[in-house]
Amino acid sequence: MQRILLFLYSIRALLLFIFLEAVAIWLIVSFNSQQGSVFFNSSNQLSGTILGYRSGVMDYFALTSVNRNLMEKNAELLAELQKFKNPPDSVFIPLDSALFGDIQFKGAKVINNSIRLSQNFITLNKGALQGLKEGMGVFNEEGVVGRVKGVSENFATVISLLHTDLLISSKIKSTEVFGSTKWDGLDSKKAKLLYIPRHVDIKVGDQVVTSGYNAVFPEGISIGTVLEVKQGTDTNYLDITIELTTDFTRISYVYLVDNYKVVELDSLYQTTGIKNEQ
Amino acid sequence: MNNSRIFLLIVSFIVFLLLQILVLKNLVLFGTAFCFLYVLYILLLPIEIKTVPTLIIAFVLGMGIDLFYDTLGVHTASILAVAFVRRRWIKMITPRGGYDDDLQPSVLNMGFGWFFTYSIPLILLHHIFFFYIDNLGTGLFLFVVQKIVASAIFVFIMSIIVQLLFYRRRRGI
Repeated sequence: MQRILLFLYSIRALLLFIFLEAVAIWLIVSFNSQQGSVFFNSSNQLSGTILGYRSGVMDYFALTSVNRNLMEKNAELLAELQKFKNPPDSVFIPLDSALFGDIQFKGAKVINNSIRLSQNFITLNKGALQGLKEGMGVFNEEGVVGRVKGVSENFATVISLLHTDLLISSKIKSTEVFGSTKWDGLDSKKAKLLYIPRHVDIKVGDQVVTSGYNAVFPEGISIGTVLEVKQGTDTNYLDITIELTTDFTRISYVYLVDNYKVVELDSLYQTTGIKNEQ
Repeated sequence: MNNSRIFLLIVSFIVFLLLQILVLKNLVLFGTAFCFLYVLYILLLPIEIKTVPTLIIAFVLGMGIDLFYDTLGVHTASILAVAFVRRRWIKMITPRGGYDDDLQPSVLNMGFGWFFTYSIPLILLHHIFFFYIDNLGTGLFLFVVQKIVASAIFVFIMSIIVQLLFYRRRRGI
């Protein structure tokens, strides 16, 4: 017995190494799911606060581009608003609020972002107390950014579009052909458009937007433009590279999609056995 | 190992951690060369620190880094491998005459040649672990190798610069 103990004592370093490595691998496996636990990542209180301080300093350097983008978005929205102003020469009947969409938008600031790994995440400065929920879609004035992975009280982590596991349901704007956008891990400006059948005619420069087939994103948020169409190795589908409209190197403010009917839609999908794509 | 040495180790731990998560996280040259300078902290632990304490320090450091990188466990797994191998590797490459007690294996104390043979395999080990786990399932072999080599060179150069600027040669006895 004593010998066994002595033997175990002599290899204590190896045992500790195996134990700690097992803990690390368990963490990798169990926390890399799409949604869920956020205790051990950048949205917990301590790291969120530190990242908030950093972004407080770094924000000054991005002010010019942020202002320009916000101004462009404002101009776009003002133009949109013109359509809803009651013209002076006609009768105006206000619509019932039930006919308006089920979607509301929330704003948040990015306090942490990475683009160079193969699985990138973004941290936002708002959390459950401000009404953010798991699974919400995230975009900015340029295009789709990602999807909320988890929220803590005051912070949230977002799976960036630059994450090799995230699929965004998308379609070609002009022809309404739909597929899925997925990042291939190579270049932060490009992604792949999957599941477009071979017979479809796709031109370079076609716009790719969100499809709106699920509750995550409303229809028509820009994703990218088609950069290259190839007959890939896959026998059924085209190999399409798109150029992302979102510049992930300088994301500073984002909008989140709050869909009231997401619960209802999800439970419908679940009861009918349809697996929901992001 | 007196109190002031332990104090210095704790302070440099915090400095390395904050430097990594606040500054170096955004420093990626050409999209391939990452700067994981925190490996240097494990490399520069005094030689007489045994493997068990090294592993515990590495675990805490790796978890701290992972928290901010949102790569839960990936940095931890790779830095643990370095911590486990480090002492064996130091014993394997003992120079003639052995080591002095209580010595920091820095480039200033040991010379460039020794530090090169000491640090390059350990940095490579860390990067192979890290990028392999990070790119599991993407199937980008060449890109990963490119990242590993570029980052290893970058980290090595940075670690030499940091040591020359902020570390002192141990006064001779």
